[in-house]
Amino acid sequence: MSAGAPVPTRAVVAALIRKDLRLELRTRKSVPAMLLFSISTFVLFHFGLDARSLEGDMAAGVLWVTLLFASVLAINRLFVAEREEGGFDGFLLAPVDRTALFLAKATVLFCFLVAVELAAVPAFAVLLLEPSALPGLPELCLLLLLADAGIAVVGTLVGALAVQTRARDLIVPLLALPLMIPVVIAAARGTAPLWLEAGAEAVPGRWPAILGLYDLVFGLLAYAVFDYLLDE
Amino acid sequence: MPPAEAGTAAGPAVTGEPAAEPAVELRGLSRAYGERVALAGVTLTLPRGATLAVFGANGAGKTTLLRILATLLSPHAGTARVLGRELPRDGWAVRGRIGLLAHDPLLYRELTGRENLAFHARLHGVAPARVEALLEAVGMTRRADEPVRTLSRGMTQRVAICRAVLHEPELLLLDEPLANLDPGAAGAAEPLIGASSGAARVVISHDVEHGLGGADLVLGLRGGRQALLAPAAEVDVATLRELYA
Repeated sequence: MSAGAPVPTRAVVAALIRKDLRLELRTRKSVPAMLLFSISTFVLFHFGLDARSLEGDMAAGVLWVTLLFASVLAINRLFVAEREEGGFDGFLLAPVDRTALFLAKATVLFCFLVAVELAAVPAFAVLLLEPSALPGLPELCLLLLLADAGIAVVGTLVGALAVQTRARDLIVPLLALPLMIPVVIAAARGTAPLWLEAGAEAVPGRWPAILGLYDLVFGLLAYAVFDYLLDE
Repeated sequence: MPPAEAGTAAGPAVTGEPAAEPAVELRGLSRAYGERVALAGVTLTLPRGATLAVFGANGAGKTTLLRILATLLSPHAGTARVLGRELPRDGWAVRGRIGLLAHDPLLYRELTGRENLAFHARLHGVAPARVEALLEAVGMTRRADEPVRTLSRGMTQRVAICRAVLHEPELLLLDEPLANLDPGAAGAAEPLIGASSGAARVVISHDVEHGLGGADLVLGLRGGRQALLAPAAEVDVATLRELYA
């Protein structure tokens, strides 16, 4: 490859993802914090609600609101190394498509969410669900993946915006949480029928469809505007 | 002090690329941060392969100039052409042909030197063998697998030099490049970032004697304004010291 020639976006995205996962494995600043927050919250709900188990809307609401707040912890830190250690400048000096950074960061945030859920959802089931609520697992996994994609896309956009400000810790929840209300509504409404006291019911198709549409719309929006967020 | 005027370095002749395209061409370049003017009316031409030494007290606008040339900052007035391309419009065309060695090493502290360089090599489409060759050139092979946060400033600077020249840039932008380097390391870095590298260079330095020694053209900045522009052969140390008075 000649000097200064554009580097394929796929190779750049892979390099960025590998770098971010390596940094997380070495520093353990995001995933453990998210996991600790999630499990602590479930424990608090377990005792605070004074109920042996939750069902329906209440169970779904507790799970999704907790996961959403946990995601804020990762969004806050998503671009910190780029900002504080010159990662933005190093990236901007390379002959690469800038949206590679968006694709990589959204993928990394998605991976963080999945990693947290692999432990947090079983903990939620043990602490707050009836054992009979487990049969809805495939549908729950689908909803989790669709919601994670939406959180990752919006979280990456908000994280890139917030890291340029001094009040990063304030800006992230202020911007991200309202933008993610549709995710919570669709995911919680979709999940609630899985955990009814009378037994699991089928998930209405409109809720996964709404999540998919949300992912698509915000994915395209973020892809279009991310380049401008990297300007000075 | 000589009057500030547009000038051209009497540096090495251009080879390969069209002779009409200088490495850097600035016309009335200006930049402000809010109300504060950081750079005002800088005008100069730097031929390919030549070295521009930039002097000035803290806050004179040196770093702003470097960041504009690196495509990291947009000018607010005037024009800047780098390697024949106008900035910021054609910045995409010169990224990857510029090497920046700034005050900040642009290295991830939790990654090792080798991991940092391998990462930047991938961003620039450079073969991994180049990383090993550079680490050896600056004497960092043995310490290359230690996290950057554990390295001394001098060693971090050596890795940062490797990062800056990894892709064999045509224009080197250097901010105090020999800071924290011992004489041995400075000697090892010379073929990579010195005049013998063959790249055009813009070098910020507070070491007046050393900075003047390797320069073809000298730019003095005071309060963001061009206080001096002259071929290095016509500038003496005493004149440069006045910039810091």
